[in-house]
Amino acid sequence: MAAKIVTITSGKGGVGKTTATANISVALAQLGQKVVCIDSDIGLRNLDVVLGLENRIVYDLVDVIEGRCRIRQAMIKDKRFGGMYLIPAAQTRDKSAISPSDMIKLCNEIREDVDWILIDSPAGIERGFKNAIAPAEEVLVITNPDVSAVRDADRIIGIIESEEKGPAKLIINRLNSEMIRRGEMLDAEDVLELLAVKLIGIVPEDEKVLRSTNIGKPVVTHEKSIAGQAFRNIARRMLGDDIPLIDLDSKDGIFHRISKIFNTVGE
Amino acid sequence: MNEERKKSNFPIKGFKEGILITLGDGDWEEVQCQLLSQIDEKIKFFNGAKVAIEIGERVLHAAEMAKLRDTLFDREVKLFAVLSTSQVTDVNAESMGLETRKSVLKENPAGFESAALDGESAILLQKTIRSGTSIKYTGHVIVDGDVNPGGEILTTGSIFIWGKLRGSVHAGMEGSESEVICAMELDPINLRIANISIKNNKLLRKLKRKPVRIRIDNGKLTIDYFDNRK
Repeated sequence: MAAKIVTITSGKGGVGKTTATANISVALAQLGQKVVCIDSDIGLRNLDVVLGLENRIVYDLVDVIEGRCRIRQAMIKDKRFGGMYLIPAAQTRDKSAISPSDMIKLCNEIREDVDWILIDSPAGIERGFKNAIAPAEEVLVITNPDVSAVRDADRIIGIIESEEKGPAKLIINRLNSEMIRRGEMLDAEDVLELLAVKLIGIVPEDEKVLRSTNIGKPVVTHEKSIAGQAFRNIARRMLGDDIPLIDLDSKDGIFHRISKIFNTVGE
Repeated sequence: MNEERKKSNFPIKGFKEGILITLGDGDWEEVQCQLLSQIDEKIKFFNGAKVAIEIGERVLHAAEMAKLRDTLFDREVKLFAVLSTSQVTDVNAESMGLETRKSVLKENPAGFESAALDGESAILLQKTIRSGTSIKYTGHVIVDGDVNPGGEILTTGSIFIWGKLRGSVHAGMEGSESEVICAMELDPINLRIANISIKNNKLLRKLKRKPVRIRIDNGKLTIDYFDNRK
């Protein structure tokens, strides 16, 4: 049973790709899946830090592709989470070190042995992004509910469609219902109306995320974190479970309306 | 026993921006193979070069172009343009960020046959024009979908959007003031007909979210709502 290869990208930087890749990978592993996550942001690696695995890096993605080690040697097993492995990026090289066909070849070599390969894409639309989406069967686009992130997400979705890797699926990250109430933030409906893709999850703004990133303990491991809960739900949806969106604000009705959109845009 | 190599050298021409290779007809996979072996034979010549391919009437999909571009990229050859007489191929190429006959011809009027378009033509795009997509066309453009902010349409003719126009549009690019812009909902970032643009913010603020036509009347941009026709 070959792995499903999913790339997580955004266009805009800083919207939460790495956090999402880390947390969805851990959540899938906690559900018994065998997962390899790959950091393809060569030169600006972060996935290792967010997972708290940076002291265990011996070999990286570029070492594998340039033949200095076997794939297995670069795969860091995360002992906390069952079947989860990380292939870190190289910090001292840049995006020209690997090519789209390198990434395809690498994924083909490991896909028979695992259930999921999750690829953390760099920001942008150039070589790094192209490397990251080359092997993908599905692309998840992360955006924040603000005008400039959505503009970039739209561009990225267009590129994904024209490279025939579409249709993309969307995660709206860092939604702040308080700011929406005050009219200071786009709501999920506005975002979906422009981007017109299927929504796979909404992750609310949560202070615990920053703390988790800093200590290398992904927020899905916190029972009480609302963002953690959202990532766990996304993982379950990726496994085919039909989980309703978290009802953050029943009075307001925003999420009630969104659940309707979510259900109609669904499969 | 060596198979006799197919004498399949496609004609190559050099021009200001790079190398033009005129590909043949037939099965695309085979043509690609022949192209790649031709390039491999003279890899030193092609290394680092910018290449345009001429494919005539052939229709190529974006994914096919992407695959060729990536394959050439591995050989350090940059595919920058796809020249064709098929409008579908042109639109696909433009969506991939590749140049087409129009833009290459502009830079090299002496080097190629001119592709003159007689009479009026129109292109129908049945998709949303997303941010970063630029549609340039000689003729009228009809879109069954939205034009998102960051998307743009530049044309010599008129523009009809069966959807929301929130991006940038320029109709009558070469000065034709009789062109119009119509949309189901108009909330543009930039809008121009010929040389007249919505610089005046009052015009934009006045736009209601319902079907509308913008045209030039007495040298000024005029709004006609659909439900208010004479």
